[in-house]
Amino acid sequence: MKWLLIAISVAATAAGEVLQALGMRHHGEIRDFRPGALGRALAVLARNRFVIGSVAAMAVSFFSFLKLLSIAELSFAVPATAITYVLETLLARYVLKEHVNWLRWAGASLVICGVILVSV
Amino acid sequence: MHPESARLRLKTWLCAVLVVLSNVAGNFFLKRGMTADLSSPLEYIAVLFRPWVAAGVLLLILWMLARMALLSWADLSYVLPVTAIGYVLVALEGVWFLGERITTRRWTGIALIVAGVALVGGATEPQTVPRSRA
Repeated sequence: MKWLLIAISVAATAAGEVLQALGMRHHGEIRDFRPGALGRALAVLARNRFVIGSVAAMAVSFFSFLKLLSIAELSFAVPATAITYVLETLLARYVLKEHVNWLRWAGASLVICGVILVSV
Repeated sequence: MHPESARLRLKTWLCAVLVVLSNVAGNFFLKRGMTADLSSPLEYIAVLFRPWVAAGVLLLILWMLARMALLSWADLSYVLPVTAIGYVLVALEGVWFLGERITTRRWTGIALIVAGVALVGGATEPQTVPRSRA
């Protein structure tokens, strides 16, 4: 049960964040930060398929993580979900086609080790 | 540095700071307002009207929107490691507000996260794939 919840949580988090990045890339850079312009951008984004999908996936991720916390310690749950950094960096490279150079791989690896040490 | 790249870097840092602070503060407020024993679905809704919880939820909505804005121009493989500095703030928050002690192991973890954030944030550009203009 514990491992199933971790698998669901990790998959949903990765899917949600990659879809969010995909949707926002599709939308293009936000340059106008005045409230009216932000409101209009939000209205456009609410009809963006990727953004809608990302919100749904993040809801699954949020509730599965809550459920996980009810049966496991935080010091188990947080390091276990640090695997999302590996998964999402791979997805960024192969799905989002980002140029992940060795500095970014090294940075992501340091962060994963750090998160595990901080939360265990 | 090219002016366009300097502009993007400044914008990225401002937005990343907002993303990290709204997330850390939002979760902290939620934790403060939440009680352990929520049994009926009605209690889950009622809890949203407590000031701490309501403020936490608003901050997490701000976090979500700021993160979306950031991802509209910055790479996911840049945003992920850079915003991980939040883990360090959460650890320090435990020290300042809850009187927790930081062990050598946790200090090592904090140092590794800071090194990772510095490496990605300091040495790589936020954007490697050109975006359309909105």
